[in-house]
Amino acid sequence: MTDKFNWKAKREKKAFLALADGTVFRGYAFGQANDTVGEAVFNTGMAGYKQILTDPSYAGQFVVFTTAEVGAYAANHEKSESRDVFLNGIVVNSLDEVSKELNEESLHDYMLKHNKPGIAGVDTRALTIHLRNNGAQKAYLHVDDTDMSEEEAIQKAQEWVGLDGQDYASKVSDPNGYELSTEGDLHVVALDFGIKTNILRNLVKQGMKVTVLPITATYEQIMAKNPDGVFLSNGPADPNSLPQVVAVVKQLLGKVPLMGICLGNQLLGLAFGANVSKLKFGHHGCNHPVKNVKTGAVEITSQNHNYAIDAITLPEEVEVTHINLNDNTVEGIRHTTLPAFSVQYHPESAPGPNDSLYLFSEFRQMIEEFKAKQVSTPKPAEVPKEVKNVLL
Amino acid sequence: MPKRTDIKKIMLIGSGPIVIGQGCEFDYSGVQACKVLRREGYEVVLVNSNPATIMTDPEMADRTYIEPLSVDILHEIIRRERPDALLPTLGGQTALNLAMELNERGILDRYQVELIGAKAESIQRAEDRHLFKEAMLKIGLDLPRSGSAHSMSEATAIANTIGSWPLIIRPGFTLGGTGGGIAHNPEEFETIVNRGLDASLNNEVLIEESLLGWKEFEMEVMRDKKGNAVIVCSIENLDPMGVHTGDSITVAPIQSLDDRAYQAMRDDSLKVMEAIGVETGGSNVQWAIEPKTGRRIIIEMNPRVSRSSALASKATGFPIAKIAALLAVGYTLDELRNDITQTTPSCFEPALDYVVVKVPRFTFEKFPKADSTLGTQMKSVGEAMAIGTNFKQAMQKALRSLETGYSGFGCCAKCEKFKEYDDETLTKEVARPSAERIFVLYEAFRRGWSIEKLYELTKIDRYFLRHLEELAYFEDEIKAAKSLAGLAKNIPLFRQAKEFGFSDIQIGYMFHKRPEDVMEVRKQIGLKPSYYSVDTCAGEFEAITPYYYSCWAENSEPVRTIIGNRGKKRIMVLGGGPNRIGQGIEFDYCCCHAAFTLRREGYEVIMVNSNPETVSTDYDTSDKLYFEPLTLEDVMGIYERENCAGVIVQFGGQTPLNLAMRLKKAGANVVGTSPEDIDLAEDRDFFKQLVDKVGIKQAASGIAHNVEEALAIVDRIGYPVLVRPSFVLGGRGMVIVYKEKYLRKFVEEAAAIGEGKPILIDRFLEDATELDVDCISDGKHTVVGAIMEHVEPAGIHSGDSASVIPPMTLSKEIQDKVRQYAKDFARELHVVGLMNMQLAVKDGELYMIEVNPRASRTVPFVSKSIGVPLASYASRCMLGETLEQIGFTEEVHVPYVSVKEAVFPFVKFPGVDITLSPEMKSTGEVMSIDRDRGLAYLKSQLAAGNKVPSEGNIFVSLKDEDKQKAVPLIRQLVNLGYELYATRGTSTMLYNEGIKTRAVFRISRGRPNLLDLIHDKEVQWIVNTTENGAEAMVDEIQMRSKAVVSGIPITTTIAALTSTVEGLMDKHDFGRFEVCSLQEYHRHVKK
Repeated sequence: MTDKFNWKAKREKKAFLALADGTVFRGYAFGQANDTVGEAVFNTGMAGYKQILTDPSYAGQFVVFTTAEVGAYAANHEKSESRDVFLNGIVVNSLDEVSKELNEESLHDYMLKHNKPGIAGVDTRALTIHLRNNGAQKAYLHVDDTDMSEEEAIQKAQEWVGLDGQDYASKVSDPNGYELSTEGDLHVVALDFGIKTNILRNLVKQGMKVTVLPITATYEQIMAKNPDGVFLSNGPADPNSLPQVVAVVKQLLGKVPLMGICLGNQLLGLAFGANVSKLKFGHHGCNHPVKNVKTGAVEITSQNHNYAIDAITLPEEVEVTHINLNDNTVEGIRHTTLPAFSVQYHPESAPGPNDSLYLFSEFRQMIEEFKAKQVSTPKPAEVPKEVKNVLL
Repeated sequence: MPKRTDIKKIMLIGSGPIVIGQGCEFDYSGVQACKVLRREGYEVVLVNSNPATIMTDPEMADRTYIEPLSVDILHEIIRRERPDALLPTLGGQTALNLAMELNERGILDRYQVELIGAKAESIQRAEDRHLFKEAMLKIGLDLPRSGSAHSMSEATAIANTIGSWPLIIRPGFTLGGTGGGIAHNPEEFETIVNRGLDASLNNEVLIEESLLGWKEFEMEVMRDKKGNAVIVCSIENLDPMGVHTGDSITVAPIQSLDDRAYQAMRDDSLKVMEAIGVETGGSNVQWAIEPKTGRRIIIEMNPRVSRSSALASKATGFPIAKIAALLAVGYTLDELRNDITQTTPSCFEPALDYVVVKVPRFTFEKFPKADSTLGTQMKSVGEAMAIGTNFKQAMQKALRSLETGYSGFGCCAKCEKFKEYDDETLTKEVARPSAERIFVLYEAFRRGWSIEKLYELTKIDRYFLRHLEELAYFEDEIKAAKSLAGLAKNIPLFRQAKEFGFSDIQIGYMFHKRPEDVMEVRKQIGLKPSYYSVDTCAGEFEAITPYYYSCWAENSEPVRTIIGNRGKKRIMVLGGGPNRIGQGIEFDYCCCHAAFTLRREGYEVIMVNSNPETVSTDYDTSDKLYFEPLTLEDVMGIYERENCAGVIVQFGGQTPLNLAMRLKKAGANVVGTSPEDIDLAEDRDFFKQLVDKVGIKQAASGIAHNVEEALAIVDRIGYPVLVRPSFVLGGRGMVIVYKEKYLRKFVEEAAAIGEGKPILIDRFLEDATELDVDCISDGKHTVVGAIMEHVEPAGIHSGDSASVIPPMTLSKEIQDKVRQYAKDFARELHVVGLMNMQLAVKDGELYMIEVNPRASRTVPFVSKSIGVPLASYASRCMLGETLEQIGFTEEVHVPYVSVKEAVFPFVKFPGVDITLSPEMKSTGEVMSIDRDRGLAYLKSQLAAGNKVPSEGNIFVSLKDEDKQKAVPLIRQLVNLGYELYATRGTSTMLYNEGIKTRAVFRISRGRPNLLDLIHDKEVQWIVNTTENGAEAMVDEIQMRSKAVVSGIPITTTIAALTSTVEGLMDKHDFGRFEVCSLQEYHRHVKK
């Protein structure tokens, strides 16, 4: 009778996560029992596992949930943030079940459906503190039935190329562009580097038509859509691996109002000529205080990034608009003369607090102001050609 | 923005005595505020009537007024102190209501006192049902269909409009939901509405659609004046709507809501703060969610620090009260550091990587006639909190922290009774919310009942039910190991059992072993708990503050060496666990003093406690805080990990004391009076010898284990007798018996409670005067703190009796004898630390009642009265200092009178007899000081909520032997201008003495009777004395209960009447009450 909970298998802890530095954390497997490599990062959010799973920015990563119990509510009751699960696996402490009688989908079922492995019963606090002290790590997750030594797994973790210098955005960007909401008086092109659906929902909520283009979109392809504004999305892994996208952003600068989030922020920073470097273990959670430098107000923000703009490398004409109060890193920038701003955190939340939704209306406002100026300034249509020539 | 410099002096109002609905959480908040405001350079004037609090220690504020919390008294204090500002949000509903009254009466305006923390309009908007509803509708929130009524007819009209039963009735402007209830039909409706209209300060009740069975949530919000706002903690109630949140098992963080639902609730909580206009500070917003549709309704918001704020602070490590005080003086959240990390700001939302469970503590055993079904009126007297790495673990830890005889789920003698329930009873008890329902649920799962079935019966979220089900099945998994040795061979299973929160006690019970055996086996196989810290950030940043909980993770955080503490000896202080009647805040006071003192004296102090309301569980009270249950297993785990040099058990009440011997056997060094001597004092035979040796009398007595033995003893010593089980605090199961019939009954009952422990039978000394003595000994010298004389005669529990320092009626000779006895007993019991003696004086002879070599309930009262920190000195003695080195060698004599009066929870238990007895029933106490004894006593009555009117009608009903004694007192009352009503007998007797009264019927005899007088508000004061120990007449019980519910002061002993009349005469002469701070009083003490 007690077999129904499978306790024996759970306490044997045959599965493990091996970090490249040789540390191993044991647990039991759930989801799809396929071994894989990934970068271990932790997320301190206390709810919203489904949004995290479907956030393409986690591509290539193992997300360690620090919250004690994960999966206490059904997966089928929550919205997805993209068309799939792109992360490589998840690590949890206490894994919960949901109601079979109510046909609820459990976290285990959901992972299985998306062919992703998970490991539960892990001492996630120890793992988190380890990652905090030693930085985000390459890791190997052993969850299948085969016998594998810890040494072998550690070696596999070490051998994996990792995320640095890798372009994961191209892997998650939807190769087919699409249009959302044909209603709306303004038109925004959103570049998909791994865009979260809630960003699109919020753009639409601003009364804007949205066209989503893949990461491969060229300046011409973008401008051919005749956008009133261009949105640079969030996305996974190394912004420094995307020089071609940075080049496109440079072209767009000044021609059309730009807003960026997360990876979009880093790309804008690179386009401004700043450096973007990797943080020790990144920011992943829903409780980061960010100060709006202009208003002095503090927003509690949703965060998910491993890279950040180096403030001192920003050119003079770019101002820092938001800073993280925990570690004083750059959380938002704005060009003082050109219509472009971006934030490192996630104003669209999902998961996380909705304190920063105002940024979407600021984007709309910026577009409107830019349009108003264009009407009064003659020959705006000429500009793109010049830029194109310069680049050629 | 920096702090405000335009205010210098801030007045803080405490919450008064501990009552149901307002516990020691406001001591925690007041202490935090006092500390931080003074650190910021403000002068703090504190007013609180509760002597047992740490906040009323003279070192906590610049001026401490232990005075009644009434507007008139506060007016006096304001006139005297001229504070610049009043901070009303940290003293519970009491402080908030008083601030509002001060404002309404124009007192704040007249003296230019600014309300900080919350503006009057905001308080009003949150508290007034109409304004609140209006404000909530304006921001688009959903509310229950409802209306408010000021009369029965208005109420009926609203009920008809809503058109469905049941209906919830809530009075406006009260605390702890007093007078509210759920009405299932028109009859119940009428009863509850009437009660509610009476209980409400503004004569208003809210009637609303029932949300029974909805999920209930709380959000703890902080906001600063710039509008920055954060959710400190989200809390989910396991018990759905219908059970007062203070009586619910609650869990943090919220488990069963997805992010979208949570964030929507978060957004709305922040909007509520703004709409109510809470400028700065902490508030609590309560929500209900319909489980099927997700429809969310706002229940209420409190624009102040609340019970949940204390819980939230302890659950997250975010010091809400401290931050609220700083925000009130102008700081903003981003300017304040997070204490725990010391690198990140306070403007953030704590991330938890553990689960917190709070379980309420009830004392229905004290009030057998009270309805033990939980409802919208709060009935619990305390709570325990536990932290674990999963829900199961935290839940079981919390249950064993309660100390109610359950060590978690199942596997205990007390749980066996549920197995006897037939399915019908089980169904009924599962559906009925009660203190024990959670255990009944477990039994249902043990029988294989399904989650769906139990969901239908309870509406408890399936998430919680699922975990209970798992635990119920897992019990068999452990049992499959067959024996403790079998379990020891299966370490993964053993570890899993511990991870699921099964204690050594439960595992021992399963395999018929002692917890010590389980502990020993665990040691052999190396299965030890690990310890993690509460760090506010789920490990993201390094935590500086050592605040820990135990768990069964594979790793553990290392033992921290605190900077500056290298080489210091570590001393563990054990707290008192959850508050209950008989063991409350007084003991926390002592524990905190020990911690403060020993830190100053160069020790590293490790505090262990499970009560989230307390100051002892503030992480800055000790060097290291372990939020843990107080059982042998949990305590020894910490003791060994920290390699402590000693443990102090005599400050936390009976809880740690009961552990003393077992701790010693397990290898701990118990400092102070030895566990052997503690046990000896409880040993009747030894004590008898000791009493003989010292040469004091003792009432004749005997020990019985059953009815036959009891009868034999009474044959020898005669009636009346005092019957009680041994090893209890607070007089549980203690009664005075005059007849054999009752003796049989009580002995049987006591045998049941005492679980095999003997029953003590003493000859009861009728009409004796009772004394309490607190003293301190260094092992060689003993100094008396104070001798207290009780106002009520012996036979009423000392915790329930008013007591007076210095003694009122005792001769110097008697007092000197008492002092000598104190020295003799302390010497004989090798007391190092505190000792309390209770004695009785009858016909000029002293009788010893009992001696306890530990901190007593009266230690804070005595300390504040004489201006000597007894608990602090005692802790120094325990660690080897002599009283001479400390400089306390002489008893202090004070030139003023201090009175302590008890406060009772009767208003929460309608129908329960309020007669005082040897069984303690009070939840809290007040203190008052005056140069004049009568005034001090009268002030104590005012402070205790027994406000004797200065004019009006008195109803008098006296027992025969009191009648003659009462005549001169009643004559004085007539002289003071009171008019009298009396029952026939009393009326006739008084008429013969030349005192005119209006006669009324006894309740059972006819009308008009007292109930009519109360109803018509014809009576302003009741004087009613009954036979000691006799079964109170049904109508007297009814009368007293009605008086309490109606808020009419009632005096039940001649002794109390004597003191009251003395006070009334003095007040008449003097004209008003005087106020004076503790610091000023203590200046007059010759030391």
